[in-house]
Amino acid sequence: MDFLRPPTWADALAAKAEHPDAVPLQGGTDVMVELNFGARRPAALLDLTRIADLAGWDDDGGRIRVGAGVPYARLIDGLGDRLPGLAQAARTVGSPQIRNRGTVGGNLGAASPAGDSHPPLLAAGAVVEAESAARGTRMIPAAEFYTGVKRNALAPDELIRAFWTPPAPGPQYFSKIGTRNAMVIAVCSFAIALHPEERRVGTGIGSAAPTPVRAVAAEEFLSAELDWEGRTPLAVSAAQRFGALVADAAAPIDDVRGTADYRRHALSVMARRTLTWAWNDHAGDSRREAS
Amino acid sequence: MATPIRTPGRVAAPGHGGVGDSPLRPDGTLKVSGEFAYASDLWMDGMLWGATLRSPHPRARILSIDVGPALAAPGVHAVLTHEDVPGRKTFGIDHPDDQPVLAVDQVRHQGEPIALVAADHPEIARRALDLIAIEWEVREPVTDARAVLADPVGLAVQPRGGIVRHQPVRVGDVDAVRDGVDVVVAGDYEVGIQDQAFLGPESGLAVPADDGGLDLYVATQWIHNDLKQIAPCLGLEQDQVHMTMAGVGGAFGGREDLSMQIHAGMLALRTGRPVKMSYNRYESFFGHVHRHPAQMRYEYGATRDGILVYADVEIVLDGGAYTSSTENVTGNAASLGVGPYEIPNIRIDAYGVYTNNPPCGAMRGFGAVQACFAYESMMDKLAAACGISPVEVRRRNAVAQGSALATGQVITAPAPMAEMLDRIEAMPLPPALDAADIRDLPGGASQTTHGEGVVRGVGYGIGLKNICFSEGFDDYSTARVRLEVIGGEATALVHTAAAEVGQGLVTVKAQIARTELGVRRVTIAPADNRVGDAGSSSASRQSYMTGGAVKAACEAVRGELLARAAARYGHDDLSVVGGAVVSRAAGVLAPVEEVLGDDAIELTREFHHRPTTRLDPVTGQGDSHTQLALCVHRAVVDVDVELGLVKVVELAAVQDVGKILNRLSLEGQIHGGTAQGLGLALMEEIVVSGGLVRNPSFTDYLIPTILDVPPMRLDILEHPDPDAPYGLRGAGEPPTLSSTPAIVAAVRDATGKALTRVPVRPEHIAG
Repeated sequence: MDFLRPPTWADALAAKAEHPDAVPLQGGTDVMVELNFGARRPAALLDLTRIADLAGWDDDGGRIRVGAGVPYARLIDGLGDRLPGLAQAARTVGSPQIRNRGTVGGNLGAASPAGDSHPPLLAAGAVVEAESAARGTRMIPAAEFYTGVKRNALAPDELIRAFWTPPAPGPQYFSKIGTRNAMVIAVCSFAIALHPEERRVGTGIGSAAPTPVRAVAAEEFLSAELDWEGRTPLAVSAAQRFGALVADAAAPIDDVRGTADYRRHALSVMARRTLTWAWNDHAGDSRREAS
Repeated sequence: MATPIRTPGRVAAPGHGGVGDSPLRPDGTLKVSGEFAYASDLWMDGMLWGATLRSPHPRARILSIDVGPALAAPGVHAVLTHEDVPGRKTFGIDHPDDQPVLAVDQVRHQGEPIALVAADHPEIARRALDLIAIEWEVREPVTDARAVLADPVGLAVQPRGGIVRHQPVRVGDVDAVRDGVDVVVAGDYEVGIQDQAFLGPESGLAVPADDGGLDLYVATQWIHNDLKQIAPCLGLEQDQVHMTMAGVGGAFGGREDLSMQIHAGMLALRTGRPVKMSYNRYESFFGHVHRHPAQMRYEYGATRDGILVYADVEIVLDGGAYTSSTENVTGNAASLGVGPYEIPNIRIDAYGVYTNNPPCGAMRGFGAVQACFAYESMMDKLAAACGISPVEVRRRNAVAQGSALATGQVITAPAPMAEMLDRIEAMPLPPALDAADIRDLPGGASQTTHGEGVVRGVGYGIGLKNICFSEGFDDYSTARVRLEVIGGEATALVHTAAAEVGQGLVTVKAQIARTELGVRRVTIAPADNRVGDAGSSSASRQSYMTGGAVKAACEAVRGELLARAAARYGHDDLSVVGGAVVSRAAGVLAPVEEVLGDDAIELTREFHHRPTTRLDPVTGQGDSHTQLALCVHRAVVDVDVELGLVKVVELAAVQDVGKILNRLSLEGQIHGGTAQGLGLALMEEIVVSGGLVRNPSFTDYLIPTILDVPPMRLDILEHPDPDAPYGLRGAGEPPTLSSTPAIVAAVRDATGKALTRVPVRPEHIAG
């Protein structure tokens, strides 16, 4: 197995073009486990940890561009106020040690349906910045990024450089079911993001379909249903309908972590609860503005 | 020959504490800082790495094995199959003909060892395993324990039959009283397969010795019983195998059966090179036995006041493919099947059966855990049927000193169960739910609730556990104590073969030596077979048995020391106090160092517990247990009743330990046992379907984290047992029994659900 350690981004792109079967390595929290257990034996590893600019972020006031090498722990500390949904999800990733190493870039690269970053990226409308030496930069919306179980839209010569997401324009929540209270892989998960200026709701579902998915019908129903201007309290029936539509958007299976029926049920509950929290925050903001 | 490194050496016991103090562990800082040498850290220059080929099938015939391509691979030094076993082809913890060293013509469970490789590098060894070609004839596995019970001949997994042991217990006449009772309650209960989940995987190093024998460094629970099994298979005498305990990273029963010992020995003898074997986490799930899963049917009859009249019980334990400890686990399930309650009419049938499921054997609680979940669930059911509180129904039926157990055995030592129930009931309850920090709520950091759907519940559980081996077994222990002057100070060297598995025996042995010899400096020799048998670090028995042996050896050494002092100073009213020999009449005579001079006093003593009897095979009657111990738990839980997620808020325990030897270690044992019971209640299960393990990883076999284990309020009682050293009562297992039913009872209290199976899964609550 070759171990490639490009010092610059240009070198990394060149290496990936030359070794399209090389597996990129950031924190190693997925890749190294697979290697150690013989689940995967790639021809080469492409270590991206020497490339300094992957480990930072830019906030130009419009959209935030987060490098693929920013570990969860730094994302929580440095961007938690602007990307609260993603930060909440990051707090549920593994243990403190894993959060010190693991990255959103790695989560995108692995594209596991259970990856904790995916639902908030979908809900926020994030965009993945991919790049190849041959064709340059390509911007891939998160909703188009996940193409199958542990498969994504990257071409063999492409690497993930960053993801772009607007600072939260409204309340965001992430919720995840696990059968213990920390350090647990998702049985299923849900993210919601309110976009009040656009009068739109974003959603993301994790671990309940072959890929992370949006609950589009639920988003459309709620975007029309909510009283964005008046911020009147949420009708119980609307929250329940939203929950049901989110559950309908999932395509879960029975597995060792949980049953399909439980996943649908839990998604409907999480959707209802997170919506309630988000809408109460939104209405609370209005009350604060009025006072 | 070079010597291995990272093997255990003598350790100086820190502190000056005697019995009743809490000196720190000698290995504590090393373990916390990552410096402790576990068995997986063993190293020797020039060593080879061993690897094991295991069956992918739960049941199959082996038509042929071709090791040629593996043997031809560069870096591979040996590929061995059953044909290469130098001696006896089978071994077993209780029966030498139980299981093959390497599969011969068939496999009976997934993960059964088939072939071994030794290579220059572990990765080369693992890849060579892939080159071993096996022709299979796959057969339908037998996986339903109750079906085996119905057709033990047709579904026999073993030539010796389908049933390992049937142990009945008969007291009074259940059928005669059944129609006359006021209240009948019944329930079916199920316990899933729990794993010991020790963090240090099976590891060891085998080194060919100059005398043609073998030096073995292994993390195990019972050196001498290992040797009895290892030596005949390797074609060696027991004294040709020099065995030293390597650093143990947890055991909980999972190291009682052999894992890599014979395999590494075979590879070392064949290659003439040191061979290390170390399982990874995946292999570890197949490398040791688990806790027996159980299916249990209970029916109790009682008066309307909740006084038990009869118990009719069937317990079916799935032992998997081999016998392991199933006979004794079944014996415990039978003799402790109704727990610490006086019941005049009892019919218990406990069965251990063979299937093609993963082999099950010893795990903390050993047959008593499964029954305890059922009988405590039944007591709650009875309380509800009679309209009295769960604590009151237990109090009304509680055993006490002088009570007879189901086996007819009379509890001769204190058994203050009623007092323990009073005390746990009187403990203050934790404050009401505070939803300010999501980490305090069900779901924790995963933020599934901000307080919505959360209901509090309270539940109780009490368990009765036998301490030391039962049913006629003489599980004695041996200790050698040497007292001499080193560097001007009297120093005791304590040498036993007992396994320090994290429980703190290493600390307690030094405390006993200080107390009995009146010296401050104590050194603990590594456990090995240059001293006699210490028995297993199992059955909560080492403080009792090896503690008793160290005490006896120290008393003998002290006697010899005082005899010398008496001869020299002409007094016979002597004792050792504060490092000096003191005469009652004449005061301080001389420091111990002066009495010893250049001589050493070294004596070895065995300690035996009182004899026990077998259970009658028809009636289940007999004085089968050495000692009995009680622990009671109260669990307080917050349950998200909509999502089925649980946060255990508090676990309170009252346990009678007879005598506290080391409060710090003891509390650690109670905390740990309680946490292991919590794991069984809420998350820990090896999920098996069609004989195949579906979750052999710590990603999917979940053990409790710090956010799952709550603060614990402990009330430790000291009612001494006159038969035991210092009056102590074994303490490691009882809390593992009672915390599980207490937690499930609390979840039932919060949800109103029946919850007849552990671990309770979210869909059982939310569904």
